[in-house]
Amino acid sequence: MPAPFGEYAMGQAYDEMFRANGRPRTHYRNLYTKLLNLPSEELDRFKQEADLSFFNQGITFTVYGRAESTEQIFPHDLLPRIVTSSEWATIERGLKQRITALNMFLADIYHERRIVKDRVIPGEIIYTCKHFRRQMQGVRVPRDVYVSVAGTDLIRMPDGRFVVLEDNLRVPSGVSYMLTSRKVMKQIFPALFRKYGVRPIEQYSQELLSTLRSLAPEGRSTIVLLTPGNYNSAYFEHAFLARQMGIELVEGRDLVVHDNTVYMRTTSGLQRVDVIYRRVGDDFVDPLAFRADSTLGVAGLFNAYRAGNVVLANALGSGVADDKAIYSYVPKIIRYYLDEDPIVDNVETFLMTDRAQRDEVCGNLGKYVVKAVGESGGYGMLIGPHSSREQRAEFREKILADPRNYIAQPTITLSAAPCFMNGRIEPRHVDLRPYVLFGEKVTIVPGGLTRVALRKGSLVVNSSQGGGSKDTWVLEN
Amino acid sequence: MLSRVADSLYWMSRYFERANHCARVLEANYNLMLNPSKFSTEERWQRIMASIGIATEAGGIDPQSAMHKLTSDAGFESSIAYCIAVSRENAGQVREQISSEMWEGLNSLYHKVTKASSNLEAEAHPMRLVDAVRRGSYQFHGMTDATMNHGEGWQFIQLGKYMERSCALPVLLDAYFSRSKEADTLDCVGLLASCAAFESYCKVYTAELKPDSMAEFLLLNPEFPYSVRYAVEQMGAAIAAISRTSFANANGTIERIAGRLRASLEYAQISEIMTGGVHRYLRDVIEQCESLHAAVHMVYIDYPIQSALEA
Repeated sequence: MPAPFGEYAMGQAYDEMFRANGRPRTHYRNLYTKLLNLPSEELDRFKQEADLSFFNQGITFTVYGRAESTEQIFPHDLLPRIVTSSEWATIERGLKQRITALNMFLADIYHERRIVKDRVIPGEIIYTCKHFRRQMQGVRVPRDVYVSVAGTDLIRMPDGRFVVLEDNLRVPSGVSYMLTSRKVMKQIFPALFRKYGVRPIEQYSQELLSTLRSLAPEGRSTIVLLTPGNYNSAYFEHAFLARQMGIELVEGRDLVVHDNTVYMRTTSGLQRVDVIYRRVGDDFVDPLAFRADSTLGVAGLFNAYRAGNVVLANALGSGVADDKAIYSYVPKIIRYYLDEDPIVDNVETFLMTDRAQRDEVCGNLGKYVVKAVGESGGYGMLIGPHSSREQRAEFREKILADPRNYIAQPTITLSAAPCFMNGRIEPRHVDLRPYVLFGEKVTIVPGGLTRVALRKGSLVVNSSQGGGSKDTWVLEN
Repeated sequence: MLSRVADSLYWMSRYFERANHCARVLEANYNLMLNPSKFSTEERWQRIMASIGIATEAGGIDPQSAMHKLTSDAGFESSIAYCIAVSRENAGQVREQISSEMWEGLNSLYHKVTKASSNLEAEAHPMRLVDAVRRGSYQFHGMTDATMNHGEGWQFIQLGKYMERSCALPVLLDAYFSRSKEADTLDCVGLLASCAAFESYCKVYTAELKPDSMAEFLLLNPEFPYSVRYAVEQMGAAIAAISRTSFANANGTIERIAGRLRASLEYAQISEIMTGGVHRYLRDVIEQCESLHAAVHMVYIDYPIQSALEA
């Protein structure tokens, strides 16, 4: 291939930019031509410009688990990932269908449990979920909306289809990277934006605010964002979103509950709070109802919530529906509640509670990806083909000790997209996380966070494990 | 505005001012200590410590390490390094409330100070660090005024700055005016320099350095930024601005304390203060500042929930 693509090695994966014959796909042609005509110093300069811009905006995240938590610049790739309008239309319909069904599922399992009575899902799978909250049984939430903000991880199969890899229904993060990355890209590639007709995403904060507002009780609308505080890895995002929406960024110690009503301490006295967009996990929101050692939460919050005096988004207990074992039932969930076939498929998933499936996986661990059901962020995971004998033995033991805690999926080669790496353009594996908002209606801003596995050949895109991101352009038509 | 945010802004500002005060005092005295004096080195260090409010026992000061301790010892609660670290810590809590210029300025100053604490060169030339802090402080004040909305948060920053100054200046003056031994000219220069006041003083009183004139200038001058009266007036202005934007039920306590303090400085005469006992007068100013601080805290930050619900 020509100059900047000299080292571009096409593998087994679906390539976002090139057809199998090495020619660029139609919707990538403008970008391709632009790259061919740019001197490589120019690309270097763009890259520096972009990094500087991220640095100055303080777009960082904290990596846990090192000797000391270190703040790092979020790695950003210069080249956009482009999605056509028809691809997007399918994704959008699929995600709307999925979040609608998942919300109906949550409302059902915390009330009538029809889906269990009708023997579509075994009850024990639900009640043994780490994130099932029995305290939520019989608690009504506004509009029956449990999940108002979701970040669904999609990957592209070698045949080009998008499938859902994970539903993140608790406190998905990354949307601030999506928004700031777009801003930076507009400074760098204004001409490409004009040529392409990229659909805007800048309205995300307003959409989020109106989603939250639609959950507020009639006539009351004080909305706050609850953060664990400035030592949390996503604190930058919390501050960013609060500022963009013009709402207060509060910590647990700013809130008090009196008479089942939540107030925040302000310099003008106590002010009543109606909706809390909480970026604090279920376990930590209320030391009286959940983990007693939590210092991030508010004592009495759960009672105020149960009394209907305050709205939490997402609702407590939503995490059941993104448990990785429940995930394998989502196609059935969609058929059960909506009487429709899933528009976007799942990845084939093996339950370790099933004897035959477990034997198959444990016998061939080198072929599979094994995940702990309640984890996220790429923690608690084994990637078979890239694992050592010891790691496989360790996971086999873990699976046998606690089968409910693990699922396995065939190792899927994520699609690859061109990335600018040290002066050359090379393919790297990517996924796509669009952000789904559910209030009065379902809203998905066209785009999302394309996460990139920056290490050559790596399939792990999580930012905590050396992943980066790139801007996602959904085309007008 | 959230009470916690107001509190962090206030303390960010107080600790920052405290670091600067320490830097100014050290800089003024470091130069003077190069001259011979009728006081011993230990006695001179004792006065430096006293003038930034550190109580010391006789024989408790090691002149060799004192400078390093006051500049770079992050474990010592009166050191520049400690104060800058606490100031930055508070700023970090409310990073989205201050401008990015302010954060960057404070952050880079912090890194300069922490780097110096493990640095031999800094030990040999402590004034480089002190000078950097002093300059950094003027920059920070400038950026605070130029890049941040002058709303409630800014007013809390002002309040913190001038509260710290109103408390620190009387301590400094007390250390000079309440000593038994007569201060010489060089000591007078040191006092003025500790308040960055030498040039301004000369414009008003010429270079004739008389204790009464100096006390008058540093206590009662309405125009000089490092006089007690000026600081108290600015504090009053910040308090008035805050009470205009807030609906807290202050029932006038804060205004009353602030007003009385301001009046006692506005209508005082230096001759009366000097004959009536300067030490007592200065103690009184400090006590009033402390009760003002407590009142502000009680009304805006740490109010009892019950009373807030009734209001």
